[in-house]
Amino acid sequence: MAELVQRVDLIFGEYSDEKYKVLEESLKRSNEDIIKDILDSGLRGRGGAGFPTAIKWKYTAEQPVKEKYVVCNADEGEPGTFKDREILSRVPRKVFSGMAICAKVIGAKKGFMYLRGEYRFMLPDLLKELDEFHAYAKKLKLDFTIEIRMGSGAYICGEESALFESMEGKRGEPRNKPPYPTVAGYLSKPTVINNVETFVNVVMICRIGPVQYRKLGTHDSRGSKVFSVSGDTPKPGIYELELGMPLIRFVEEFGDGDTKAVQVGGASGFCVPMKKFKDTIIGFEGVPTGGSMMIFNSSRSMYNVLHNYLDFFEEESCGQCTPCRVGCQQLKKGIQAVKRGDKPVVYLDQLMKLSETMKITAKCGLGQSVANSFSSIVNNFKEEMIY
Amino acid sequence: MANKLTLQIDGIDVTVPEDTTILAAARKANIHIPSLCYHEDLCVAGNCRVCVVEVSGSKTLVASCAMPASEGMQVFTNTGKVRLARKHIVELLLSEHNADCTKCYKNGNCELQFLASEMLTGDHLFLDLVPGKKYTIDRFNSAIIKDDSRCIRCQRCVRTCEELQSVSALDVAYKGDKMKISTFFENPLFEVVCTNCGQCVNRCPTGALIEKNYVDPVWEAIYDKTKHVVVQTAPAVRIALGEALGLPPGKIVTGKMVAALKRLGFDSVLDTDFTADLTIIEEGHELLSRLKRVLVDKDTTVALPMTTSCSPGWIKFIEHTFPELLPNLSSCKSPQQMFGALTKTYYAQKRGVDPKNIISVSVMPCTAKKFEADRPEMRSSGYKDVDYVLTTRELAIMIKQAGLDFQSLPNESFDSIMGSSTGAAVIFGTTGGVMEAALRTAYEIVTGREVPFEKLNITPVRGTEGEVREATIKIEKTKPEWKFLEGVELKCVVANGLAHAKRVMQNVKDGTANYHFIEIMACPGGCLGGGGQPIPTNPEIRAKRKSAIYEEDMGMPIRKSHENPEVAEIYKDFLGEPLGHKSHELLHTHYTPRKRY
Repeated sequence: MAELVQRVDLIFGEYSDEKYKVLEESLKRSNEDIIKDILDSGLRGRGGAGFPTAIKWKYTAEQPVKEKYVVCNADEGEPGTFKDREILSRVPRKVFSGMAICAKVIGAKKGFMYLRGEYRFMLPDLLKELDEFHAYAKKLKLDFTIEIRMGSGAYICGEESALFESMEGKRGEPRNKPPYPTVAGYLSKPTVINNVETFVNVVMICRIGPVQYRKLGTHDSRGSKVFSVSGDTPKPGIYELELGMPLIRFVEEFGDGDTKAVQVGGASGFCVPMKKFKDTIIGFEGVPTGGSMMIFNSSRSMYNVLHNYLDFFEEESCGQCTPCRVGCQQLKKGIQAVKRGDKPVVYLDQLMKLSETMKITAKCGLGQSVANSFSSIVNNFKEEMIY
Repeated sequence: MANKLTLQIDGIDVTVPEDTTILAAARKANIHIPSLCYHEDLCVAGNCRVCVVEVSGSKTLVASCAMPASEGMQVFTNTGKVRLARKHIVELLLSEHNADCTKCYKNGNCELQFLASEMLTGDHLFLDLVPGKKYTIDRFNSAIIKDDSRCIRCQRCVRTCEELQSVSALDVAYKGDKMKISTFFENPLFEVVCTNCGQCVNRCPTGALIEKNYVDPVWEAIYDKTKHVVVQTAPAVRIALGEALGLPPGKIVTGKMVAALKRLGFDSVLDTDFTADLTIIEEGHELLSRLKRVLVDKDTTVALPMTTSCSPGWIKFIEHTFPELLPNLSSCKSPQQMFGALTKTYYAQKRGVDPKNIISVSVMPCTAKKFEADRPEMRSSGYKDVDYVLTTRELAIMIKQAGLDFQSLPNESFDSIMGSSTGAAVIFGTTGGVMEAALRTAYEIVTGREVPFEKLNITPVRGTEGEVREATIKIEKTKPEWKFLEGVELKCVVANGLAHAKRVMQNVKDGTANYHFIEIMACPGGCLGGGGQPIPTNPEIRAKRKSAIYEEDMGMPIRKSHENPEVAEIYKDFLGEPLGHKSHELLHTHYTPRKRY
């Protein structure tokens, strides 16, 4: 591979000669030390929203409640994202270790992995690995067990509070916030819920130390990230890259020479057109991503791309709140009407305003983020919406 | 005492206890924030998003019903951003809603309609989504119509059914654009555990859940000169009807209601209170007889505790939920059905009217009564005992249709026979009322003395919303024939709302409770909070209705059922004795075990 982008080998790399070595060593350290390391590392959640992991853990640790939980969000449902699948099949031990370290820090005895329904095929291997983990935990005198819960295919259950509802046997609908999971999560008990990749990052920070970790990435986006590269690229797949790179470098590396746009962060992310490749940073200071990078070349109709996303949102909205349930339908039917000529071009402005309303009034991240792809595609490819 | 905090809403300092929401704080400061899915009786959903406001420091708007106020918080309820967002949201709701208002039963009494006019909608900001939807209308049931095309998915009904009633007949099905409120396997309401209590109807902001109305058939009966149309009115109607006709809650309108019914053209305006008194006599004797058979005859086939059976929502609930406890139900029909059976027998005889020409109408605070009247076992007169059941709301509609100026009507009295009542009957309309009325009578039968409470007010059994009330009444110095009850502490329980009823009956089922007599009313607060009462409903309104009921009781010259002169007369002339042959034929019934699914 050319040296255009910095390849990293943190997540998938060998991390110790002995199994569960990092966990064993971490268990000997004080909780404050571990939290301080994570804080110093600058680690932010890898699910997409980018909440500082150390703060989440600290708040949960501080709750004066005995019963607490660690939950690993493995409900990887964002279109174009498939990196958790890879992590879980290649380095599940790191994930379990990260959860165990979290359990020690916050004082939890029970952890859950909420696994995407479509990943059921991974369950036998994960359970085997989990048996081994439990054996080690026993050996290390760690009072912590992990249970795997299967999702049933709803995208919304990747939203943390809907995920808790689902785990509790209820309909997967997002809750009102506050209270946040750090105060009232699973069974209304303080809960740390992190993405699969975040837990792995914690293990690697514990292994190499925050100083080494901080050398990767930029001021706002420390560390590396596992990207799921798909679309019009000669080399689709999983790549671990340094955060904070300009998009232009990414396109040079992965594009097919005819790239007109990149959808960063999946259906709920942003569409970046060619003219902005240069000025766009992949990271929290620019366009953040949970890992999905979809590359489109000039043969693609951006109207179809957007229509496809809206189809997805219209169906995957939980239907609970008005802006999301009805808004998604209106956006989809709206662009259809403009395309057909039933509505004037200015109706797109009306739809842009609606997407803005969805962004500020929807109950959860799903409804709020529909506007990201909608406005970035409509703004940048208006002529494709009309003709 | 909770800690206080101060926030600023639209520049006004508001001090509220901790854990107050922004919406509640704003209402305290008399700042109106529109809302839809929020309801004082229910848990916060935060799903309609109509009540969004701007809060300093927050990138998004926040739902004021769900967001707790915090110290120093700055809230803005009327910025351009807020106004546009709210308008968008209401427009979105309307785009999915069958907004054919003139054809809607709730026209003029619809929260969505109020909001639409407040927001000056009508610009057709968005596309009409209704034509692309396949909405179903369930009108197969006697009491409630569920029209999905009017539903705005606020889930008030779902929360009502689960939280207040623990019935959960209604729940959310599907997701995204197909999300809807549905039932088990999408069966019609009459095939699921729905109790027809109508609490969802009371809280539905639109016309998605309404009662099945019988206004037109009743008018037709009135116009038909060959028919003799008799109307009975339940105790809780007279203290709430005024609300639907422009009067404030808590106004007693008995006299005006009677006057109105006479002007509507009913041939005889009678009082369900009369059969409420009769219920007390029958049910009181049934309780005493069960106690005797258990305590004296050591009869193990007799079920105790005995529970009341006046509330048809409760009956359907126990049939589904605790079918094994049906023997504990009093076999007495509800006052409505006793009345119906007597109308086409006793009344017909006395008045010399052929029962086949009698149309028997009842006005009830209740939707479940419509289902009850349609039960196959409710035909003991040889005819359908009660032909049409109107809710309080439907009566108000008829009064408006007839052009009556309700407020200026004079006070008139019920006709006779079957028109006289007592304070004991009036309190049937509130939780604890049947218990109190029964005790006023049973205690006197057993001891020959009045219940030992000041002014006959047995306050320990007066129920409260949201709680199960337990009380013990000690029976002392009995008459010789009731010697076996000497010193017995009668354990009474009063519950209102089916969620509480379920808890009580679970205790009975588990054998952890040793009660004698249980009063259960399906609706919060009893019949005064019934599913057929004027909309809106909230704790404050129900509290006012409750005081009105006790006020009416205190104002009655006779306050004990057994002293009702017409009750004495009917036993002498027609029924013979309580629990006698005729009573069993006309006033008692049996129940049907039903499945949960």
